[in-house]
Amino acid sequence: MMPETVLKGDQTILETREITLRFGGLEALNGLSFSISPHQIVSIIGPNGAGKTTLLNAITGVYSADSGEILFRGSPISRLKSFQIAALGINRTFQQAQLFVNMTVLENVMVGMHGRTKSGFLGGALHLPGERREEKKIREKAESLLDFFGLLPKAGYLAAHISVAEQKRLENSRAMSGDPELLLLDEPVAGLNIRETEAMGDLIIRLKEKGQTIILVEHNMHLVMGISDRLIVLHHGSKIGEGRPEDMQRDRRVVEAYLGT
Amino acid sequence: MGTKNKIYLLIYAGIIFSMPALLQNNYHLMVLNVAALNIIVIIGLNLLMGYAGQISLGHAAFFGLGAYLSAICTTTYGFPLWPTMVMAMIITGMVAYAIGIPTLKLEGHYLVMATLGFNVIIYIVMIQLDSVTGGPSGFAGIPRLKIGTLAFDSDRKIYYLLWAVSIGTLLLSLNLTHSRVGRAMAALSHNEIAARCAGIDTQTYKVKIFFISAALGSLAGSLYAHYLTFISPGTFSIFYSIQVVTMVLVGGIGSLWGSVFGAVLLTILPEALHAVKEYNVLIYGLILMVVLIFFPQGLFPGIAEALRKKTTDGPLDSRGPLPLKKGI
Repeated sequence: MMPETVLKGDQTILETREITLRFGGLEALNGLSFSISPHQIVSIIGPNGAGKTTLLNAITGVYSADSGEILFRGSPISRLKSFQIAALGINRTFQQAQLFVNMTVLENVMVGMHGRTKSGFLGGALHLPGERREEKKIREKAESLLDFFGLLPKAGYLAAHISVAEQKRLENSRAMSGDPELLLLDEPVAGLNIRETEAMGDLIIRLKEKGQTIILVEHNMHLVMGISDRLIVLHHGSKIGEGRPEDMQRDRRVVEAYLGT
Repeated sequence: MGTKNKIYLLIYAGIIFSMPALLQNNYHLMVLNVAALNIIVIIGLNLLMGYAGQISLGHAAFFGLGAYLSAICTTTYGFPLWPTMVMAMIITGMVAYAIGIPTLKLEGHYLVMATLGFNVIIYIVMIQLDSVTGGPSGFAGIPRLKIGTLAFDSDRKIYYLLWAVSIGTLLLSLNLTHSRVGRAMAALSHNEIAARCAGIDTQTYKVKIFFISAALGSLAGSLYAHYLTFISPGTFSIFYSIQVVTMVLVGGIGSLWGSVFGAVLLTILPEALHAVKEYNVLIYGLILMVVLIFFPQGLFPGIAEALRKKTTDGPLDSRGPLPLKKGI
């Protein structure tokens, strides 16, 4: 057991060990263990209430697990706060886009670089040269990200004033702006039409081609089967299957969980 | 800060510094001097209310701490004037920090209660500790403001100084709100979880903003003490705290230009209403109600929005929380 873990160490970005998370009497996550290798898209699927979003919340420190350990690049992160985890290089999106709707599209992306930048109160208030340089740098980077996500024409709009599909892409660019080693996408195509879904799928594949490691939580099976390297299937907070998409499609327990017996 | 804000700031400074030429009456200048001080307090409070999503009912106490620290140290102990002012700002900021550490870690509006209590305590101390503070009859003989040999010994002379500090505060605050820190502040005031997941240490930011907010109150208080050369506890009661919160709300929460507007309007208004002395408070209250009903996001952003309804830019510099939609 031990040697195997050690060997896996350098090939693993994220590892969860027996994490359990309860809400009162409900076990939202039940002794969940898995690991994520770099440069892969791993999709977490399962029926509603299976614990998918809870898992993302546990990884990003929004909730803290009652027991078990989450390791990022081999070091434990379960006790860290959300902002520390983000600064380490795990960035995420939310099921319903959580944008800063009082800011412009460009500023939303610039906020995403907070953990990677340094300017403080004094630099900001006095508009010091160092702050100016940093501002210029992150503005350019934000613009190139917006360009990648096809949002550059909307850069000056308030985030509240763009379409749902654009908001989803914006959230994705904000998450990417932090140069995450691990990107967590929570239902990136929920609420999108077929064309928008395809566009988002293409973007995710292009991110993967750039070497981005992604954990994807998604209900759209067409998208999941099309782009995932590996699936993890959750049911009532436990892992009931893990493997290649085509294998999971034939797995008896997985099919049962989805269709009922 | 964008070019637009720079232009507005220049126009604003131009208007302000040409006012004394138009106003012959010292009383008018005095009202405007008080407005300049109020703007400093309001901007500080608005940073807290609009960007940290927290309300303080203790800003009269921070204002008073600045005033009394400056008064006592310079008059009784002969400290130099300007360094004392900076020291008062730091001490007041530290006091706020101490209040903020336990209360701002909690979710919800615990800061309101803590600052409310703090204001009452400070007020009682000012009255009871009369060997140091002069008690209810006040503290007199505070030295006037001076830079080198230049003494600010008239309302007219001090006008330029107070407004220079006031405009300087606005400039620095506008810069701040358009920086990395300002974006983080706007983000955390709107969506704390998303802000944290974007790498922002929201709790620390809140405490730091509270520090700055209180320090600005202290700065205004010190200037006030050296301007009037006499202070008494009545000025620093909870009523002033409520008044400044009102100014922020009327001007527009999260809008710094709105704060200027709100502070000037609500400083001048009671003076203008002197003619109807007994109905003063009634009319004041009425105006407040009308503003809050028809311009819940504040008068300034409300008017700005109405003027430029078609653009998607949103209000001038308002980055604070958007007003809640009906039914939420």
